[in-house]
Amino acid sequence: MIWRIAVQVFQRDLRLASRQSGEWLNPLIFFLMVITLVPLAISPEPARLREMAGGIIWIAALLAVLLAMDGLFRSDFEDGTLEQLLLTPAPLPLLVLAKVLAHWLQTGVALTLLAPLAGVLLNLPSSVLVTLVLSLLLGTLTLSLISAIGAALTVGLRRGGVLVPLITLPMHIPVLIFATGSIQAALSGLPVVGYLALLGAFLLLALCLAPFAAAAALRLAVSGS
Amino acid sequence: MTNWLRRLWAIIESTVSPRYFYQLSGRWLPWFAWPAVILIAVGLVWGLAIAPADYQQGNSYRIIFIHVPSASLAMGGYLLLAICGAITLIWRVKTAEMVAKAAAPVGALFCLMALVTGSLWGKPTWGTYWVWDARLTSMLILLFLYFGVMALQSAFEDVAQGSKAAALLAVVGVVNLPIIKYSVEWWNTLHQGSTFRITERPSMPPEMYLPLLVMFLGLYALFATLILLRSRQEILQRERRSQWVRQLIEDERE
Repeated sequence: MIWRIAVQVFQRDLRLASRQSGEWLNPLIFFLMVITLVPLAISPEPARLREMAGGIIWIAALLAVLLAMDGLFRSDFEDGTLEQLLLTPAPLPLLVLAKVLAHWLQTGVALTLLAPLAGVLLNLPSSVLVTLVLSLLLGTLTLSLISAIGAALTVGLRRGGVLVPLITLPMHIPVLIFATGSIQAALSGLPVVGYLALLGAFLLLALCLAPFAAAAALRLAVSGS
Repeated sequence: MTNWLRRLWAIIESTVSPRYFYQLSGRWLPWFAWPAVILIAVGLVWGLAIAPADYQQGNSYRIIFIHVPSASLAMGGYLLLAICGAITLIWRVKTAEMVAKAAAPVGALFCLMALVTGSLWGKPTWGTYWVWDARLTSMLILLFLYFGVMALQSAFEDVAQGSKAAALLAVVGVVNLPIIKYSVEWWNTLHQGSTFRITERPSMPPEMYLPLLVMFLGLYALFATLILLRSRQEILQRERRSQWVRQLIEDERE
């Protein structure tokens, strides 16, 4: 029963996204545009680009996730779906997790699929692309989970826009450090398993804690106390 | 048994009510304000004029008398925010919301002070105002965490809702703080060997240690004074429609 509700929430969110292609497509286009800005702003020289590629791709991905995150709970809050979710017998953290996973499939996974293209644009050697994809796969879900807390905290505000990045960016720093570290290590031919393991550890921690924090924030937003 | 517990809870609840806290903090205030003035005056004269110069850094080391207590207060202040946040969320104590609202800008101020004094000290000692050292970076991130809490506190039209959201954010932030700190430390050792070690200072002689202790106590007292003052103001503002605040204002007028 409880699981069926969670699965239904998950499917509903995916169906909604598939019918409004702008919702999930825009962050991806934004991601590619930011990548394009870097050679224009800094230098199109291949060696320099390769050196910075990991950092640039990760910063662009982080911004794209944060940009997409603002809408995670907003439409549900405005049309009253969120109240209905609060009334279901399923625990709210589980439903939050279902929503975040559905959202991650549209942003994080899509960004991960797009990342090799960005890597090629920035002249990353193909041996590093595997690490890039793995780091994004592990890291973007953590980003989604953490920024879901921010989205839940600001859901009651009419203009939450800048607040979500402002309050959650410091918490994304560990993911950014180890993800870009893994790409740098792969570039210089060093083992990357340790970095990926740490990213996995962050992911597990976020999976265990973030849904509870986001659920508490949603309760605050709905009940006002 | 439950009756007894309920009575105990009622007593606790009445002591943490904004009204009682206002009266209590009024009585406490001079006990923090005066020591703050005296200790800071003594500590500044002792530290800046009397204490001997460092054999390596000369006089520039004297900034530690402000820098080290500020840094400690910046971290303690965030912990205070998180504790107030937990009290707000678990026991729904209104006073804790108000103290957190009062404490956030004060903590951010001390964090900024630690950063500014540190970079002023860095110029003569390291030859640069800023390096991406692990400690400096995590202090900067702490400042950003303060800004996040402050932004959330003031973003809501309903003050109580903003305080509760900020309380939750402070609790989440304090869980993240050690992870961020150790990540940054590891990042730094990955990038470059630590050129400057602030942690391994040669053990300090008492002529330098004692004024530092005095400054520590003085700045802690100042921190408490500022928070009490701002909390009292916040209480008056948020309880302005209640009977006791009106009574207070009328008594004040006579």
